[in-house]
Amino acid sequence: MSEHDQYHDPSNVINPEHAEHHVVQPITYIAVFGTLLLGTLITVLAADVDMGVFNPIIALGIASFKAVVVILFFMHVKWQSKLIKMTVGAGFFTFLVLITMTLSDYISRSWGLW
Amino acid sequence: MDNAIATHPHEHAEHHEHVALPQHRHHFETEQQQREAGSFGMWLFLLTEIMFFGGMFFAYLLYRNWYNPAFVAASNQLNVKEGAINTVILIASGFFMALGVWAAEVRKQKLLVIFLVLTTIFGFAFLGVKADEYHEKYEKHHIPGASFDIREFVNPPIDAKTGQPDQKPMSPDMAQKTQLFFFLYFAMTGMHAFHMILGLGILFWLIWRANRGEFSAGYVAPIENFGLYWHFVDIVWLFLFPLLYLINRHPLK
Amino acid sequence: MSATTHHTIVNLPDQSTAELPKRNYLNNEHGLLSWLLTGDHKRIGILYLISITFFFFLGGAFAGLIRLELLTPQPDLVASDTYNKFFTMHGLIMIFLFLVPSVPATIGNFLIPIMIGAKDLAFPKINLLSWYLYLGGALFTLIALVQGGVDTGWTFTTPLSTHYLNTHVITAATGVFIVGFSSIFTGLNFIVTIHRMRAPGMTWFRMPLFVWSNYAASILMVLGTPVLAITIVLVALERTLGIGVFDPTKGGDPLLFQHLFWFYSHPAVYIMILPGMGVISEVISTFSRKRVFGYTAVAFSSVAIALFGFFVWAHHMFIMGVSNYSALVFSLLTMLVAVPSAIKVFNWAFTLQKGSITFETPMLYAFAFIGLFTIGGLTGVFLGSLGMDIHLTETYFIVAHFHYVMVGGMLMAFLAGIHFWWPKMTGRMYPESVSKLSAVVSFIGFNLTFMPQFILGYLGMPRRYHAYPAEYQVLNVLSTAGATVLGVGFLMPLIYLAWSLKYGAIAGNNPWQATGLEWQIQSPPLTENFIEVPIVDHEAYDYEWLEHKTANEVTTVG
Repeated sequence: MSEHDQYHDPSNVINPEHAEHHVVQPITYIAVFGTLLLGTLITVLAADVDMGVFNPIIALGIASFKAVVVILFFMHVKWQSKLIKMTVGAGFFTFLVLITMTLSDYISRSWGLW
Repeated sequence: MDNAIATHPHEHAEHHEHVALPQHRHHFETEQQQREAGSFGMWLFLLTEIMFFGGMFFAYLLYRNWYNPAFVAASNQLNVKEGAINTVILIASGFFMALGVWAAEVRKQKLLVIFLVLTTIFGFAFLGVKADEYHEKYEKHHIPGASFDIREFVNPPIDAKTGQPDQKPMSPDMAQKTQLFFFLYFAMTGMHAFHMILGLGILFWLIWRANRGEFSAGYVAPIENFGLYWHFVDIVWLFLFPLLYLINRHPLK
Repeated sequence: MSATTHHTIVNLPDQSTAELPKRNYLNNEHGLLSWLLTGDHKRIGILYLISITFFFFLGGAFAGLIRLELLTPQPDLVASDTYNKFFTMHGLIMIFLFLVPSVPATIGNFLIPIMIGAKDLAFPKINLLSWYLYLGGALFTLIALVQGGVDTGWTFTTPLSTHYLNTHVITAATGVFIVGFSSIFTGLNFIVTIHRMRAPGMTWFRMPLFVWSNYAASILMVLGTPVLAITIVLVALERTLGIGVFDPTKGGDPLLFQHLFWFYSHPAVYIMILPGMGVISEVISTFSRKRVFGYTAVAFSSVAIALFGFFVWAHHMFIMGVSNYSALVFSLLTMLVAVPSAIKVFNWAFTLQKGSITFETPMLYAFAFIGLFTIGGLTGVFLGSLGMDIHLTETYFIVAHFHYVMVGGMLMAFLAGIHFWWPKMTGRMYPESVSKLSAVVSFIGFNLTFMPQFILGYLGMPRRYHAYPAEYQVLNVLSTAGATVLGVGFLMPLIYLAWSLKYGAIAGNNPWQATGLEWQIQSPPLTENFIEVPIVDHEAYDYEWLEHKTANEVTTVG
């Protein structure tokens, strides 16, 4: 980082915590709306088909896809700074830590006991 | 006073073309800084919400695996039609909220108010359907507690057409675990509905302020940040719907 | 820097000529309302300081009662369930109403914006709200206390808290729930402020280490506390409605409560200790007149502690029936936390090396911190290893361990910070000799209280009982005697700091000749902190910059 830049940065503009403001147009929202409705339809239909172990995987997969679409477009994360993207990631990461580390106990509790 | 380490050479360079908004608070140097700080703060709050719901989602995950038959049977007692309709209603509400943010950005006051009102109406529609579902649970004795009834899980009603029980009978011991499912159902949807009620309260306040034109002169942060909250509540439902309603529908059909 | 050691001995300024600034944050507005409705981070810090001091002494009173009961082997002072209420209220008050908000909400609130060159925290109203939430939660805790107390232990362990106790669990749980939100809002405010409000030139690696450590603690507050909140909600629902999620008779798992509870409560101990480590970095650097050795390593070790903190919680549950394999993983991960903690301790030691050390009161407290925290940390390694843990857990060894970290570590750091920044907060010096005495008294009293408890625990005295076999009496008497000395050591600062508000010597802007931005402005500071936005062109702890700056000033004045 050059010395000069540091004197001219009242709102930390030059760093990765900043992103230019972007106004999302309604056409994007309409497309997202359609995608979400389609996703809901597919989830309901897929639940009626017996796919064994894949039923919950597909249901959760579609739900996650819908959530990502909402986060990226409705919540504008696609146009946000790296800081915000990392923040969103951190939330889900911590949730995953909670799940995996706790499950590590529940899954292995009966190992060696049969 | 020796606190001036050096003076700021370009202190007012940022303000050359527009007048400062009245909502610009003194401790932020620029409006952009204030806006980004606000939205970052909102995101951090949503992180806490993820972890708040996360605890319940984990409890659900654990017991669903432990007592899968009970969870399947109990889940099949939920009203998928109403659940799906509610999903669509909530997506629509979120859609209008997103449009509301756009209307505020392009400074269209009337449009903003209309979109916020639509968001509110769909929010109430969701709660109405939810209340109807809760009522149905009450009538079927599916509310955990003293009046909870496991009979229909132990001795499922006979289907008139086929002469067979409409699902596999369960041992009373496993059937008891349906109560755990319904508890989680009420805790998770209840906590979700509670967030919706809070949001609707804030929406009324925002509509009132939007109607006075507060958000159509370049100051959109409250609308934007409330939008983030509202979409987050949507996302929680997007997961709740398949997890609670659609565990395993096919034995029914 | 070692080459220029003779330059870096900065003479402390002559304070006899110093004057209190006419206008400052304390006299900018008058009246009670101007305090209760303030948005000024410095005033909110002071409000927090007053509140947590009250609760510290309330919690301390319960500690005194516990030690008094344990003076004799017989259960003669109080009944066993009253004793349970004593240690529960002691734990609840000390953890949620004192330790968690101690450094961040008081010193952090006061200093973080100044240290990064901002006028205020990003959200002043939310900052005030967080203080009111703290008061609300404290009120519920006090109501639970007045109604007759709670005896669950501060951990609200199920099924004890949900099925077997007839005390005011819900009231106390509500209090903890509300205080949790106060801590979330403080953490959120700090993170946004540190990211978005830094002055020009204040890059991440020019920030004082106090800011880094509070940043790390804030991440833990934001991500951990909500899990505690939902767990407490579930306990309350279980107790009132019998929902069964933690109730084995209905298919629930009591261990799920432990997992969720410790998912917050283990990171919570890092919420408590990390800001204290930040204070120590500042104090050690100032009184050895050296840049903190390995600045980057110390900064990142704070973040590493925060990150690892989320992976180790099950070491609280080794004897509760968690899977052996999982326990093995958690034990290994627990050892990993020792690495960043040791990095900090070694770096402080290297900072001292060849420094121009002076022994002002904050430095004495900082020395106490380093020694006591190291003992507390190392005994934590004993407890983290699976075999030792089975012998030591639920004994007085564990009580001694976490008191070495929390009291010997955090409280000493808190007192170091309060003394160090007292001139900045109030504009007046504390009395130096009596405060040195109090630091020594606390140190002796502390060790006398808790060192015998290590031995007691190793010999097998279980915690949470109000009677014990007569063989343990000598050590218990020592411990109680130590607690008395410790109590005196903690009461002394209360008295002489209050005295100094009126009679202390005027401090001047920079009585320690420290380098932080907070020392370059007047004391007490203006409401808006800086007259002009500062531009930072030097690293933290740059004593040559300070000397250069001071030298220049003398020429201009002359």
